Amino acid sequence: MLLPVPLQNLINALSRLPGIGPKTASRLTFYLLHASDDLPNDLAEALLALKSGTAYCPICFNITAAGREMCEICESRDRSNGVVCVVEEPMDVLALERTGGFAGRYHVLQGALSPIEGISPEDLRIRELIERVRAGGIQEIILATNPSMEGDATAMYLRQQLLPLGVRVTRLARGLPVGGDLEYADQSTLLRALAGRQDMN
Amino acid sequence: MRAEAVVLRHTDWGEADRLLWLFTRELGKVRAIAKGVRKPRSRKAGHLEPFTRVGLMLAHGRDLLIVTQAEAVDAYLPLRDNLVRLGYALYVVELLDRFTYEEGENSSIYRLLVDTLSRISTEETAALAVRYFEIRLLDLVGFRPQLFTCVGCGAVIRAEDQFFSAEHGGVLCPSCGPRHAGARPISMATLKYLRHFQRSNYTDAQRAHLTGTLDRELEAIMQYYVTYILERGLNTPAFLRRVRADEMRSRGNESEETAP
Ligand SMILES: [Zn+2]
Ligand SMILES: [Zn+2]
Repeated sequence: MLLPVPLQNLINALSRLPGIGPKTASRLTFYLLHASDDLPNDLAEALLALKSGTAYCPICFNITAAGREMCEICESRDRSNGVVCVVEEPMDVLALERTGGFAGRYHVLQGALSPIEGISPEDLRIRELIERVRAGGIQEIILATNPSMEGDATAMYLRQQLLPLGVRVTRLARGLPVGGDLEYADQSTLLRALAGRQDMN
Repeated sequence: MRAEAVVLRHTDWGEADRLLWLFTRELGKVRAIAKGVRKPRSRKAGHLEPFTRVGLMLAHGRDLLIVTQAEAVDAYLPLRDNLVRLGYALYVVELLDRFTYEEGENSSIYRLLVDTLSRISTEETAALAVRYFEIRLLDLVGFRPQLFTCVGCGAVIRAEDQFFSAEHGGVLCPSCGPRHAGARPISMATLKYLRHFQRSNYTDAQRAHLTGTLDRELEAIMQYYVTYILERGLNTPAFLRRVRADEMRSRGNESEETAP
């Protein structure tokens, strides 16, 4: 069946989203076509505002509302300037903020090193992080990149770049997942959990 | 079906799955889906990180193979704690990935890959294992360079500095060399090395002492040859050069004699 161009356009656009195949894209498109309420309009407006209404914070490179001088976290007076937590993506900031366990600042790299895909240090906000440290006032950098090959490579690279600046560099502890079974843990997780063991007294 | 494999690379797939490129002992290079591995409590995830050697159970899905079980045989952990070793391992994996296709079992390539990864993670100088890997891989994928007779006139190559032509796949004698555009000078020392690697098993290959200078020339020649065959450059050498330079700087450049 030959579809009218507007329908086909939306199907094509939706199927470019991660996790959405052509079937799901068609289903969503027909759903929107028949939706009687404001959903299609609301969706269109939200999509248009997504780019125009957001910007990167010029200090930490987290995503923030457009027109702000800096993001809410960088602006807050209740947080410590001395500790900066370095993450790959804005979603990681959200996850850490939900814990309520961190009261320092953040730095969002906007990705991780991936030498095979050709993602190099210049493609990340590494230079900006080094400038932040050089500017002074930061005592500790917590590396909170993902526990993956790319996350490890990024952490090792940052360590190499940051240590000469005289700042303390730490890495999030890696261990066994809560609710996980010891017998299913891989070598790497087990060894790192062992290395990061803690006194119980 | 049971198989053993090295994970070459992966990409996110669907909501929580990953598509893996595997080099298996039994089937050569294949792609397979690992379901749910992006969830933090996945039992398989840690066993399927890039360049882990892993025992697998594979099942046939609709289009692709599906990983139903995974248990790491060797995670080559030292590679994950040292940027230079990591860089070499990534280079090895990229080179193998670019030179191989999904064309069935090749246990010699598999053997070479796992041996090389374990050498890079355990030996003091990773460079030797990588140079050896390059020359053996070229053999196994059908691009063995001609190093004993001139590819221009057929004359036997003598013990003097020569030229190397990627286009003609081998050495050119001093009289043919200058007449071929693109041919590069190659020193006798470097050529000796390549020949030695081409004819030796790894134990014998290791007897040769690889200096930093020699390693750089070998690397440059191989880079030139490989780039010509693949028709485009690799991504990992830039990363490797950079982390190696950083490491040299932090060690105060003491390592001209032995390649890192
Ligand atoms: Zn900010
Ligand atoms: Zn000749």
